[in-house]
Amino acid sequence: MENTYLAIVLGPLIAAVIAGLFGRQIGRVGAHTITILAVAVSCALSILVLKGQLIDGDPAYNGTVYTWMVTDGVNMEIGFLVDRLTALMMTVVTFVSLMVHVYTIGYMHDDPGYQRFFSYISLFTFAMLMLVMANNFLQLFFGWEAVGVVSYLLIGFWYTRPTAIFANMKAFLVNRVGDFGFLLGIAAIVHFTGSLDYAEVFTQAESMQGRQIEIFDGLPWSGLTVACICLFIGAMGKSAQVPLHVWLPDSMEGPTPISALIHAATMVTAGVFMVARMSPLFEYSEVALSFVLVIGATTALFTGFLGVVQNDIKRVIAYSTLSQLGYMMVALGASAYAAGIFHLGTHAFFKALLFLAAGSVIIGLHHEQDIRRMGGLKKYMPITYWTSLIGSLALIGFPGTAGFFSKDALIEAVHGATRAGSSYAYWCVLLGVFITALYTFRLFFLVFHGAERIDDDARGHLQESPWVVWVPLVMLAIPSLLIGWPTIGPVLFGDFFGAAIFVLPGNDVLGELGQGFHGAWGFLVHGLTSPVLYLAGAGVGVAWFCYLRRPDLPETLRARFAAVHTLLMNKYYADILVEKIIPKGSTGVGTLFWRIGDVVLIDGAAVNGSAKLVGWAAGVIRYMQTGYLYTYAFAMIIGLSALIGWVLWA
Amino acid sequence: MLGLTQYLILSALLFSISVAGIFLNRKNVLLLLMCIELMLLAVNFNFIAFSRFLGDTSGQVFVFFILTVAAAEAAIGLAILIVLFRSKRTINVEDLDVMKG
Amino acid sequence: MVLQVYFWALALLLLGASLGVITSRNPVFSALWLVLAFVTSAVLWILLEAEFLAIVLVLVYVGAVMVLFLFVIMMLDIDLDTLKKGFVRFAPVGAIVAFIIAIELVTVFVIRSTGLPVLANPPPHPAGYSNTKELGAVLYTEHVYAFELASFLLLLAIVAAITLTMRRRPGLKRQDIARQVAVQAKDRVRLVSMPVEKD
Repeated sequence: MENTYLAIVLGPLIAAVIAGLFGRQIGRVGAHTITILAVAVSCALSILVLKGQLIDGDPAYNGTVYTWMVTDGVNMEIGFLVDRLTALMMTVVTFVSLMVHVYTIGYMHDDPGYQRFFSYISLFTFAMLMLVMANNFLQLFFGWEAVGVVSYLLIGFWYTRPTAIFANMKAFLVNRVGDFGFLLGIAAIVHFTGSLDYAEVFTQAESMQGRQIEIFDGLPWSGLTVACICLFIGAMGKSAQVPLHVWLPDSMEGPTPISALIHAATMVTAGVFMVARMSPLFEYSEVALSFVLVIGATTALFTGFLGVVQNDIKRVIAYSTLSQLGYMMVALGASAYAAGIFHLGTHAFFKALLFLAAGSVIIGLHHEQDIRRMGGLKKYMPITYWTSLIGSLALIGFPGTAGFFSKDALIEAVHGATRAGSSYAYWCVLLGVFITALYTFRLFFLVFHGAERIDDDARGHLQESPWVVWVPLVMLAIPSLLIGWPTIGPVLFGDFFGAAIFVLPGNDVLGELGQGFHGAWGFLVHGLTSPVLYLAGAGVGVAWFCYLRRPDLPETLRARFAAVHTLLMNKYYADILVEKIIPKGSTGVGTLFWRIGDVVLIDGAAVNGSAKLVGWAAGVIRYMQTGYLYTYAFAMIIGLSALIGWVLWA
Repeated sequence: MLGLTQYLILSALLFSISVAGIFLNRKNVLLLLMCIELMLLAVNFNFIAFSRFLGDTSGQVFVFFILTVAAAEAAIGLAILIVLFRSKRTINVEDLDVMKG
Repeated sequence: MVLQVYFWALALLLLGASLGVITSRNPVFSALWLVLAFVTSAVLWILLEAEFLAIVLVLVYVGAVMVLFLFVIMMLDIDLDTLKKGFVRFAPVGAIVAFIIAIELVTVFVIRSTGLPVLANPPPHPAGYSNTKELGAVLYTEHVYAFELASFLLLLAIVAAITLTMRRRPGLKRQDIARQVAVQAKDRVRLVSMPVEKD
């Protein structure tokens, strides 16, 4: 099996290297052929692996491929851990990646950086696979940073735009904050267990709980809690949780395919995956799980509000991504890891679908992204319209769609949780459902229905996108619609993940939920009785009323609640905090240190000061060096007499 | 009979006088050289006195070598002095301050 | 007793001569005072039965070194006035330092040596004793390497002194034997074929 895994991982890497370094030689067709081929092979093999895990019942694979070095008893290795969780992630990643590859042929058709783009997304696929297939923290960290780098490169893909450069720098810097926590977490784990290997660390989780660490004097913490919270801070950066969420909306500066691939479907879910993977650690730390729960719930609700006021089509979807990531974190925090991963999987499909549909609209309107200048596109772009509808319905959790199953189960699980902060989280996610429906259908109605507000010259050549664009849409729409039916039973309530996800018996909310589970139909019927569906319906209704029936109403509301609107438009001033206050503060501190520490103390006192002291001393002493012979002779004689005197009388 | 001490005291006084000479004639290189010869003479006195009173000829051998070195030193010193005078037209030490710091 | 008188007289003469060396206004007088000091020392050394060195002192120092000094003094056109300027300024310092050194040395020789076994006065050497022979016996056996080095040092001093003082005067016509030997006929004679002129 090892060769299969290597082929899955290395295929995209080799393709990326070829497309990146020899893009000029192999040309556009060569570049997309080779990368698509590699990713398709990866995807096919991943599906094979998934099949092996699910149907043939292969045992989980945990092996080391290469030992990089051994230092102080800590092995640094490259290895693969392939169980059902990994296999599921591999399949999702490679499938979405493949769709995005195909779609890119159409979207980037006229772009001069065509080969470079294919190289990057292939490289991304490699990095993401390394991340999910890792069997140790070092490789996890490698993948973590590698996807961060590719994300940086892709956000700034159009590097001539200042906004893109700003956005990728922002993404990179905000991620640094998270990664710092992540690194500290890994360090804590090595400190406590002396190993980087998952399996070895997990066996020591319980003992880590007992060990204590004093971060502040006299305040002992459980070592496990510290490690878990540090790891989760890494996840907060990568998965854009409040307050490290600010980079994700700006990352929409990148081309739409990567918004779909990286900033919706795969990379941003790395944090979710990581927490689920670390479930044997997090389970033992109630504090860390509560932390995850509260952060996730806050993200889920409050970033949803922001989506309501945005006018950029991609930003609306970006905020919805933030919100959905919050949902996943809430599920993890409630110990419903399977629900989090399930939502991750369904979300990957319908969010990639929505992004690619948005991209299709953007292509159709010649790179117009403002939804105030859209409307009534239904009759021009039927396929995009229907696939978008499916994606939107899945996003709000319309009964029967993939999103319904995952989100409903998730909310039920949170309802059943008893952990500190779980009631707050429940109300947040419940209200979040309404908000989600509101902004999703606001977007949908403004883009596809209502009055046409399109420029005349854009309308002239408005047409459905080419097949390379709509085929991925359809391919993604199918799982968005249907994937929930067969999977909900085994994934949530069956023994799908086996040993990959560990839940303490007392925390098993999904297990309790599973008592009342009687097949997908039963779940569907049960869903009709929960408030979730009606809240979503209310959201759609409000959106319909405000944006189709009474388009003047939002203006009135905006005027009425100007303060709230301003707050939302400014994104709770988080950007100002991140872009202005923190940099100002740190530049201020830096300047202070520079002025006082560097210029005055180090340069002034230490460097120049010592030189000046020597110079001054030399200036004094040089008067002793008269150059006259007799001065030296006198010095010798007087010295001689002093020496004799010292020997005699001292 | 003559004691060792009186020779030693004599050489000590001779040495002191030559030290004073260096201070007094600090500007004249010639006189400085002469004072150095005088100092060496004082040292030689000690050697010879001890040699005599210890009955050891090695002291005299030392004096022999000191005389040799002193002669060589005087020869070279004077040669340098002449070269100096040729280029500077003076032997005044105060004018020779190129070593000044 | 006679020796004591001799010694004290010679000692006083020596000290006086050396004072003369350092205080004379004219370097020539200084040199002459120095000659006196050397000669007196030589006599004192004879009292110490170091006859060979006494003779050497007279021969080498008085006969060679001091003559060299005098040569140099007279060869150089020395401006005595500037040299003697500030003579007095350092006199107190010199006196004090010299006094301190004298005190120190006398302390060593007289006070610090009390209690040490006093060396008995050696008996005079028997008649027929040759100081020169004695010295040579040690010098050419035990100290032969040092002796060789000393001779080399003297050679070096000769070469150095000559090299330093020799100067090439411009415009002086000299023979260059190497060039004379190396010269060839064509360097000197140029054969020119000219047509015969008829007039």
